Amino acid sequence: MTTQSESLNSQLSTPLSEFLQQLLNGLSLGAIYALIALGYTMVYGVLRFINFAHSDVFMVGAFIGYYAGKLVPENTIWGGLVVLALSMLGCAVLGMTIERLAYRPLRGAATLNVLITAIGVSLLLEYSGQVFFGAAPRTFPAIFPVKNFSVGGLVISTNQLSVIVVAALLMVALQFIVHRTKIGTAMRAVSLNPKAAQLVGINIDVVISFTFGLGSALAAAGGILYALNYPSIDPLMGVMPGLKAFVAAVLGGIGNIPGAALGGLILGTVETFVNGSQWSTYKDAIAFAILIIIMLFRPAGLLGKFTVEKV
Amino acid sequence: MKTPTLLLALAALATLVGCSRSRDTIKVGEYASLTGKEAGFGQTSHHGVVLAIEEINAAGGVLGKQLELVFEDNQTKPGESATAAKKLLSREKVVALIGEVSSGRSLEAAPIAQAAKIPMIAPAATNAKVTQVGNYIFRVCFIDPFQGTVMAKFAKDDLKAKKVAILSSVSNAYSLGLAKYFKETFVPAGGVVAAEKNFSEGDKDFRAQLTAVKAANVDAVFVPGYYTESALIVRQARELGLKMPFFGGDGWEDEQLLNIGGEALNGCFYSTHFSPENTDAAVAKFVAKYKGRWNGEVPGAFSALGYDAVYVLADAIKRAGTTDGPKLRDALAATKNFAGASGVTTLDQDRNASKPATIIALKGGKATFYKTVAP
Repeated sequence: MTTQSESLNSQLSTPLSEFLQQLLNGLSLGAIYALIALGYTMVYGVLRFINFAHSDVFMVGAFIGYYAGKLVPENTIWGGLVVLALSMLGCAVLGMTIERLAYRPLRGAATLNVLITAIGVSLLLEYSGQVFFGAAPRTFPAIFPVKNFSVGGLVISTNQLSVIVVAALLMVALQFIVHRTKIGTAMRAVSLNPKAAQLVGINIDVVISFTFGLGSALAAAGGILYALNYPSIDPLMGVMPGLKAFVAAVLGGIGNIPGAALGGLILGTVETFVNGSQWSTYKDAIAFAILIIIMLFRPAGLLGKFTVEKV
Repeated sequence: MKTPTLLLALAALATLVGCSRSRDTIKVGEYASLTGKEAGFGQTSHHGVVLAIEEINAAGGVLGKQLELVFEDNQTKPGESATAAKKLLSREKVVALIGEVSSGRSLEAAPIAQAAKIPMIAPAATNAKVTQVGNYIFRVCFIDPFQGTVMAKFAKDDLKAKKVAILSSVSNAYSLGLAKYFKETFVPAGGVVAAEKNFSEGDKDFRAQLTAVKAANVDAVFVPGYYTESALIVRQARELGLKMPFFGGDGWEDEQLLNIGGEALNGCFYSTHFSPENTDAAVAKFVAKYKGRWNGEVPGAFSALGYDAVYVLADAIKRAGTTDGPKLRDALAATKNFAGASGVTTLDQDRNASKPATIIALKGGKATFYKTVAP
């Protein structure tokens, strides 16, 4: 892994290359936040509630990858893609099951009830994870081949690149599904007005199920990419990234898909720059302070639309 | 009318059983991180503790009674150690507490043991503040002012480092303490700390800090953290093209370090309390017994210290002739030249042990003995 970057030690990093390196670090972290944030924002867009179990689906995604990774040869692109697909599929099923068993019976109930159920599902996943997977951290296998390139003083690892590329591809695919397909149109219709959508013949159950499946598959992809970059996984690994992604979703405007992506990238980049500076102790404080400031000036988030609620 | 009678009879039976049990055993409490992020610390020390208790019982126990181990898992979570200590003291009425490997978690339980006047022996909490909580708190390991000095000298003399960077965990008493003592020796000896960066417990992304360290162009990097973070730090450092040696303290001690870090750790070092490769007769005997008890598992430093903590306690109970808190405390404080698996334990007036530090070199995915530094 280290042999690829020989020329580096001799070169002294210039401030510019340090800046670019931090920007790259930040973007790859932000891309993962963005992938998780998309799941929060999609469910919110359609159902108007925060699915707190989403961050734990992210964790399950990483664990499916861990077990599936043992079945395929390490360091191959096809093996990695198979693992990624398996994990996304598994989590899509998990997300739809959660929706069917925990949230559907509560549809029409007060938002608070659903919210508390979501927290319950989240704790259920975390602690059953500790029972089934064990609480000790595990080492995630290197399922994709890893190489490091150096350009000037900049070191680019294929892991970081693949995070950004996979996240971008998935976001484009998501944009396509939501705006160019029949099911996407139905999703937007349900988001706009569920009753009217039903009246024109849209099967709400199918649409909501699909939304959960899609969001959970994105969380699984996020989980795999996260585990590739930080190869130590445990049942509580979703908690912090989940919180950050939630902040990212709110920052970008909850319910807004490009907003979630933008929020994730901003949060990841800011966090990385603060971490690399002398104020690294205040990393999380500064990230959350930015959220508060943006909320003060743009209560609906960066790309969100502020709507007056009619009584 | 039948049920209440039956319940009463059951309750009476339970009381009888409870009484008869507590009369002929001496209850020893242990709290450890058996699960969670730092499960490696808790599991290894717990295995040492269990082995020692079983050996003592097989040899006839202490004061004619068998030792009974009551243990609680704090799940590596903040706050849980205090709860565990309270439960062990008030409900289980243990005569002493064994715990913990982590300084932060030992500091949580220490005030509770002190207030209850029940002695607590920390196997491997190295932060100086732990035993400063009160005169009922002991430890059987060296302290961080010593460990920091050892690593500063090692950096200067063995690594020939003039410029180092320090990466420490802001939410960890052990990490901050060790970083401070390292600097106090390294800087006056002519060394330069060119970059100091922080991270928090549970962080997984260290590329930002490492990019800043890279810009500082240092000869070596000191990481006084725990194995979970340290392994990821070194791995990410290698990915970013940092090739200098990384070195740390006894928080690196766990097989998970190499599982996560792998080849990236080549050329790195850490200081600890014990090496199973030590050819000393007492160590070899302990290693053989430990492997026999735990299916071939090789003991680590915390296994040896957990084992020694129990023996030091048993020895003090024998000398005190009682398990009464204040008398047991006095006997513990008088521990002198007690030979164990991790070396000779003599508790000084601050209730700390002074023991040699072992430096481990990481090579080819393995931890190998490098040298021992006497106190």
